[in-house]
Amino acid sequence: MTFPLNKSHIKNSINKLQQEMLFAEIEQGLPLVSEPYFAIAQQISTPSDPVTEQQVINTIDAWQQQGLIRRFGLVVRHRKLGYNANAMVVWNIDSAKVDLIAQQLSQEPIVTLCYRRPRVLPHWPYNLFCMIHGKNREQVLAQLEDICKKYDLSHIDKNVLFSTIAYKQQGARYAVTSSHNNEQEN
Amino acid sequence: MDISSVIASKLTQQLINAYQRGFPLCSRPFLQLANEFNTTEQTVIDCLNQLKQTGILSRLGPVFDHKRAGSSTLAAISVKENKIDEIANLVNEFEQVNHNYAREHKYNLWFVVTGANRIAVYQTIKEIEQATQHEVLVLPMEKSYYIDLSFDVSFNQHQKAS
Repeated sequence: MTFPLNKSHIKNSINKLQQEMLFAEIEQGLPLVSEPYFAIAQQISTPSDPVTEQQVINTIDAWQQQGLIRRFGLVVRHRKLGYNANAMVVWNIDSAKVDLIAQQLSQEPIVTLCYRRPRVLPHWPYNLFCMIHGKNREQVLAQLEDICKKYDLSHIDKNVLFSTIAYKQQGARYAVTSSHNNEQEN
Repeated sequence: MDISSVIASKLTQQLINAYQRGFPLCSRPFLQLANEFNTTEQTVIDCLNQLKQTGILSRLGPVFDHKRAGSSTLAAISVKENKIDEIANLVNEFEQVNHNYAREHKYNLWFVVTGANRIAVYQTIKEIEQATQHEVLVLPMEKSYYIDLSFDVSFNQHQKAS
């Protein structure tokens, strides 16, 4: 794992090993206690390298400012809130046009993610992916049709893959290196 | 406490709508939220615990930039319908898999594999192929145009929990 942080970036920064420990702690979620950053500081402190609450806060703050952390807050499972329709819309778009269309799709509030990925021919012809979340299938399809009309995309080969079962939905675990680690988040 | 009453709670809705991002970085963040929403620190903590217990809250913490935090890829398997639960469970056993969904397509099982780096991710894919005895379609991200995994939740309709 590469951390963009080095000691010159923040005042009183913690050492690299403790940064990795902090990363691993917070990716599991903050403890729901009155002073969560203090609790984490205690977790990653060693007798020779004590870590203060303020150092934990400063490090998370720096990670946010550097973009390593995209957002910091409640990570909710939208299905539980009634957002049952989760559609992955995949498009087969001419390479010359893919950037423009991707930017158009990204403008739409219901599109929560838009990525270009490689085609894997002959199995998989689609090179642009976007996610749309809605309360039901009809709503998502109607909104998708509106978008296609708006940007004149109806002629483009696409496919809508609704999800039917969520077998797993949890935060990424970059800190894990072994597949034999059975620690579970949920 | 059942899920619909948790969702119906005003504090739940306030927390979800206001703090999917920008969670306070201060000594007592729950107290700060409590002051903002006119309640007590303990009430906020209790509310978050209920959200966690009902499964609405996955966690309170960071969403990392996948590219910068490590490596990841989208992957898919084409499975016979009557085998999908079995194969999905095999895939779930890998802790490096963080999302795993059944979807309506010939490729009907879709998951995300994460790792410290690209080599680790491809090693895991190989292990998944061995464990499931299925070939994995690997679709790494080439370019990100947009990502915002927080989104406005509208609570004004009847909520049907899944």
